[in-house]
Amino acid sequence: MEIKEIFLESIGSLTLNKLRTGLAMLGIVIGIGSVISLISLGQATQASISSRIESLGSNLLTINPGSSNQSGVRGASGSQTNLTLEDAIAISTAPEITTIKNVSPEFARRTQIITSSSNTNTQVIGASPAYSEVHKVEIATGNFISPSDVESLNKVAVLGPQVVIDLFGEGTEPIGQTIRISGKTFTIIGTTASKGGSGFGNQDDIVYVPISTAQKQLFGVNYLSSIALEAKSADLMTTAQNEVGYFLLNRHKLSDPTEADFSIFSQQDILNTASATTSTFTTLLSGVAAISLLVGGIGIMNIMLVTVTERIREIGLRKALGAKKKTIITQFLSEAVILTFTGGIIGVFLGVLASYAISVAMGSLFVISPASILLAFVVSVAIGIVFGWYPAKKASDLQPIEALRYE
Amino acid sequence: MNTPIIITEHISKVYKIDTVETVAVSDVSFTVNKGEFVAIMGPSGSGKSTLMHILGALDQPTGGKYILDGKNVESLSEDDLADIRNKKIGFVFQAFNLLPRTTTLKNVMLPMAYAGIPKERRVNLAKKYLEMVGLGDRLNHTTNQISGGQQQRVAIARAISLDPAIILADEPTGNIASAQAEEIMNIFKEINDKGHTIIVITHEPDIASHAKRIITMRDGKIVNDVKNGKHINFVHTHKK
Repeated sequence: MEIKEIFLESIGSLTLNKLRTGLAMLGIVIGIGSVISLISLGQATQASISSRIESLGSNLLTINPGSSNQSGVRGASGSQTNLTLEDAIAISTAPEITTIKNVSPEFARRTQIITSSSNTNTQVIGASPAYSEVHKVEIATGNFISPSDVESLNKVAVLGPQVVIDLFGEGTEPIGQTIRISGKTFTIIGTTASKGGSGFGNQDDIVYVPISTAQKQLFGVNYLSSIALEAKSADLMTTAQNEVGYFLLNRHKLSDPTEADFSIFSQQDILNTASATTSTFTTLLSGVAAISLLVGGIGIMNIMLVTVTERIREIGLRKALGAKKKTIITQFLSEAVILTFTGGIIGVFLGVLASYAISVAMGSLFVISPASILLAFVVSVAIGIVFGWYPAKKASDLQPIEALRYE
Repeated sequence: MNTPIIITEHISKVYKIDTVETVAVSDVSFTVNKGEFVAIMGPSGSGKSTLMHILGALDQPTGGKYILDGKNVESLSEDDLADIRNKKIGFVFQAFNLLPRTTTLKNVMLPMAYAGIPKERRVNLAKKYLEMVGLGDRLNHTTNQISGGQQQRVAIARAISLDPAIILADEPTGNIASAQAEEIMNIFKEINDKGHTIIVITHEPDIASHAKRIITMRDGKIVNDVKNGKHINFVHTHKK
C-alpha cells in the first residue's frame, strides 16, 4: 500500500471523531503556539534592548575614571578626579591615535533647574560639540552647543524634550527663554529630538551646557566624569580600546595596565551582557513552553492508545486480509503524525498571531524568526513519531486471531 | 482434477493456560483437492473454529504439518503469513467484519490494496466482483446502510477479489435470515462452479448440505468424512 493512500485513510479515520481529534490536537497547538510566541517575545525584547543601547551612540567607547584609593580606602568606581579635559584634547590631537573619530569630554551631575514659574531636578551634562555626534543626539529646534560656546564659556543651554515639558509645558517653544541652574542664568539655544524610552537614564530628561561653563562656572571642578569616544568603525573597537588605553596609561605615567586609574567600556560589552540576560530569559520561557509540548505529546499517546484498543477488531481484520506489520505501524504512526503536524501548523499560526498582538500591545518589535517556525514543524512531527510509536507498535503486534476474537 | 491444495498431517493445537492443557484440535489429517466444496461440521467446542484458524494461517498448529498450495506454513514469518492470507486465502466471517462507515467498494478494494494492485485496476475489479454478488447498485453505500445479507455478499466479493486458492467461510450464514442464507450459499456454489475451493464451517446441516463433502468433527478429531455420499476417510477412534 502506498504511503499516500495510507495517509488519506488516516485522515479519513481522524475525521470520524472530530471532537476527540481536536482535543488531542489542542495540546500540541498550545505547546507549539506558546513556544513560538515566547521565542518571539524574547527576540523582540532583545532587539529593542539592542536598539536602545545602540541609540546611545554607535561604535561607542566610554572612559570612566577609576575608583579613588586614599590611604587604602577604596571609593566608588568613577570617584577619582584624574580624568581631565586635557586628556580628552590629547586623545583627539595625538597623532598616534588613528582609530578614533570623535572625542566627547563630559561632566554630568543632577541638579535643580529653575524658571520663573516652575522647577525640576534633572541631569545637567557639560558637553562639547562632539557630544551630539558621538551620542547621536538630534536637534529638534535651534542649535546644539557650538565650539565658540565652549571657548567663551557661554551660559547657554540645550534642553531635552522631557525637560521642556516639565518646565514650560507641552507644545511650547522655549528658545530664547532663560533658566537658572545653581543660581546662574542660562539662555536656551536649542532643544533635542526625543529618543524615546527610559532605562540607562531617560535620554530625553537632560540639559546640555558647554563643558567649560559646567566645569568652571557651575560646579567648580577641573575633572571630567567621563570621556565618550566614537571609533571609526565597528571592527576597530578593540584596537581603539587598546590604543586609547595605552595612550592614557602613558599620559598618567603608569606602566602596568593593572594599575590603571581609569577603565574603558565598549558599547559591545554592554550589548553582550544585555543580550546574554535576555537570551537566558528566552531559554527559560521556551523551556516552560516545551514542558507543555511534552504534556501535549503524552495526550497524543493516550488518545492513540485508546484508538488502538477501540479498533482491535479492525486491526485484526486488516491483518487477516494481508496487512503486514509495517503497514499497520505506518497507518497508526501516520495518524499520530497528522495529528501533531496539523496541531503544529495551527500552533504556529496562533503563535505568530499572539506575537503580533503582544508586539502591538507592548509597542515592541514584531520579530518572528523563520528558524523557530521550521523548528516548530520539525518538533511537532518528531512528537508524533515519538509518542505515536508505542501505540502503533502495540497495534502491529496484535495477533490477528486475538484481535478478531476481541469483543 | 485431483491437485491437493490443502494437506494436513497429524495437526494438533493445544492451548496451555497456566498448567492446564486444553486440546482444541488433535491429530487431524486430511487432504482437500482443488475445486472441492467442503463443509466442516460439528457442535461448538468440537475444534472446528480452531481448525479453520489454522487452515487460514491465522494461527499456527502446536503439532503436525500443514501444507497450503504446496507450501509448508510452519516456520513462516509473520509477514509471510500475512502474504499468504492476502493472496491464497479469502475469508468470510460470521460477523461480516467489514470496515465500518466505509463504502462497499473500498471494503472490497482493501485486500487488493495490501497486495499492491494499482488503484485503477482495484476499482475495476471491485466493481466487477460486487456486480457478481448482485450489489452493482450499492457501490457507494457504506456498510451500515445495507442489510446483513448484503454485507455478507460484500464480504464474499472481498474474499474472492484476489482470486485466492481457497475461500474459508466461518459460519457465513450465522448472522443472517434464512431466506438470505440460501442466497449466500448459492453464491458460494456459483463461485465453486468457477473452480474456487471452498471450505465452510457450520453447525447447521441445512447449510452443510450444499457442500459436496462434509467433514464432521467432535472433541478436536475428525469423526466422519463423507464425499458425495461416500465415506472416504472414516476415522473413528474408540479410545477414551
